[in-house]
Amino acid sequence: MSIFVDRNTRLVVQGITGREGAFHARQMLEYGTAVFAGVTPGKGGQKFENRVPVFNTVADAVAETRANCAIIYVPPMAAAGAIFEAVDAGIPLVVCITEGIPVMHMSRVMPFVRSRGARLIGPNCPGLITPGESKVGIIPGNICSPGRVGLVSRSGTLTYEVVNQLTRNGIGQSTCVGIGGDPIIGTNFIDCLAAFQDDPATEAIVMIGEIGGTDEQQAAAFVKERVTKPVIGFIAGQTAPKGRRMGHAGAIISGSSGTAEEKLSAFERAGIDIMRRPADVVALLEKRLGALSKS
Amino acid sequence: MNLHEYQARTLLKAAGIPMLDGDVASTPTEAETIARRLGGKVVIKAQVHSGGRGKAGGVKLARNAAEALDHATEILGMEIKGLTVHKVLVVPAADIAGESYLGLIMDRESQRPVFMVSSAGGVDIEEVAAKTPEKILRLPVDPTYGLLPHQALALGFALYRDFTQVKAAARIMEQLYSVFTANGCSLAEINPLVTTPAGQVLALDAKIVIDDNELFWRPDLGLMRDDSAEEPSEAAARRANLSFIKLEGNVGCVVNGAGLAMATMDLVKYYGGEPANFLDIGGSSSPEKVINALKIITADPSVKAILFNIFGGITRTDDVANGIVAATRQFKVKVPIVIRLTGTNEAEAIRILEGVGMPALSDMDEAVQRVVQLARKAA
Repeated sequence: MSIFVDRNTRLVVQGITGREGAFHARQMLEYGTAVFAGVTPGKGGQKFENRVPVFNTVADAVAETRANCAIIYVPPMAAAGAIFEAVDAGIPLVVCITEGIPVMHMSRVMPFVRSRGARLIGPNCPGLITPGESKVGIIPGNICSPGRVGLVSRSGTLTYEVVNQLTRNGIGQSTCVGIGGDPIIGTNFIDCLAAFQDDPATEAIVMIGEIGGTDEQQAAAFVKERVTKPVIGFIAGQTAPKGRRMGHAGAIISGSSGTAEEKLSAFERAGIDIMRRPADVVALLEKRLGALSKS
Repeated sequence: MNLHEYQARTLLKAAGIPMLDGDVASTPTEAETIARRLGGKVVIKAQVHSGGRGKAGGVKLARNAAEALDHATEILGMEIKGLTVHKVLVVPAADIAGESYLGLIMDRESQRPVFMVSSAGGVDIEEVAAKTPEKILRLPVDPTYGLLPHQALALGFALYRDFTQVKAAARIMEQLYSVFTANGCSLAEINPLVTTPAGQVLALDAKIVIDDNELFWRPDLGLMRDDSAEEPSEAAARRANLSFIKLEGNVGCVVNGAGLAMATMDLVKYYGGEPANFLDIGGSSSPEKVINALKIITADPSVKAILFNIFGGITRTDDVANGIVAATRQFKVKVPIVIRLTGTNEAEAIRILEGVGMPALSDMDEAVQRVVQLARKAA
């Protein structure tokens, strides 16, 4: 078991003939992800790597292959359109890797995604991986190993650092999700915490946050109320300087300054074990789980 | 990207939002000329990307053109929160009967633009928000439909009783919303929105922040960027496509990914060091990016040792290794470099670095401890 993706995931890669799309499609195939289709408008009828059919539209790909998950590697200016297209074609899970999508575009995308009952992960994220089953995105497969710790993170490479620590110390993962660092994202900490809480294969959760915004504080409140599994947390940016802030609206709307101290004290109040540095994750998990954590 | 007040005024005026006349000056004599043209009392306002200008002495009232010259002389060149003032805005001093607050922000939580208005405007609006949040009306706008007429009116009624003023305010709401969406703003704020004794509604001060992701396809907006308003090394980094923030410490950091970069700074501090900077070379890091990064970091004389912390995913660690080798051939790096890299093409990267006698570590904690020690020795 796992969350969001597993061996039943049938993937369509949007932008499969582009530079990034092609590179990562190959990596996902190599990992064993079921890549059923690719989409590049105008290149329908081709075969990617002599095996994956390329379609002109996501709707065509779904009709032919019954793909149930889309991953997007298209440039920022076309990315919002690609999300609309995937959701419109009835794809229930859409993962968007693209960095640099204007927030205004995302504010138009999200009401549509919700109205169709779809889930978006990202944008500006490394995707997700259920080790040994399905890798959807760019998280290096070789640093992951199957196991019972769920991981959710706002960051990319910092996620790899922590996953690497886990794997090197024999602690496997159920699913690792990079939710992305943009102001408007499709899936947040709480969505992932709820899914991990309900996933029988996940025994503990690692949550990696950053300074800025209030997502971690809200996640902490959710943990206190709803999560019975052990949660370990990290906040990057404890030494970051306070910015020269423009205007008052940011502080008014969030009622918060988004500092590391504020987030860490929210973690403490929720009973989340705090990692002072990435390497602490191993000892904290071993303390909470004992030998059970070893896969 | 932050806009200066005078730039924000141009956008608001173009949308038809009522504002006082006024102009921007780079020299005291220019300020004097503008003040003479406007006639009467004027306000001289420092144009820097920072809040709290008034409290820092960057906003002054002048009774006439001669005083405008004096105040502009004083304000131009002054430092506000580390930023030098290169321009001042000269506007007529307004007679104010009442001050309101009007802000429009792209809200993370509701994932849409949200209006916030309060009849308790002015500089202490954050205190109002903290102590009496009920005095602020929040109104999320569904971007699919835009600001609807009844919503604009409701915002107007939240500010004024007089129906003429309500309608004037509602019109300003619509105009501000169109400025916000047409220019890809993440923030557009009018504070204060004032009424004059004659009953007119006017925008006195404006702040606009543009979403950096818009600039790629809106080069016209990018033209408003003011390099002189940034820390020079930060402007240089931006031109080289690096995300960089200068700090006070002596350990230079080159990292891929913002989260790992922050975690690296935190770890430097954890082991008793002080980071000299935040630097994210990004995902696809060509050797050129590494060369530029090293140039920017070594230009800072307080840097005593440099740490590379690279976790290769998309980033190929051999690209980074080649960049380090090329950079050290191009110019002499006088401070010690500690390299930690792991991930994509790591074996090749280690081979490249060993070829020039630079050992690479694979453990982050070990690398940070070593660089902190080296910086301490050199300091």
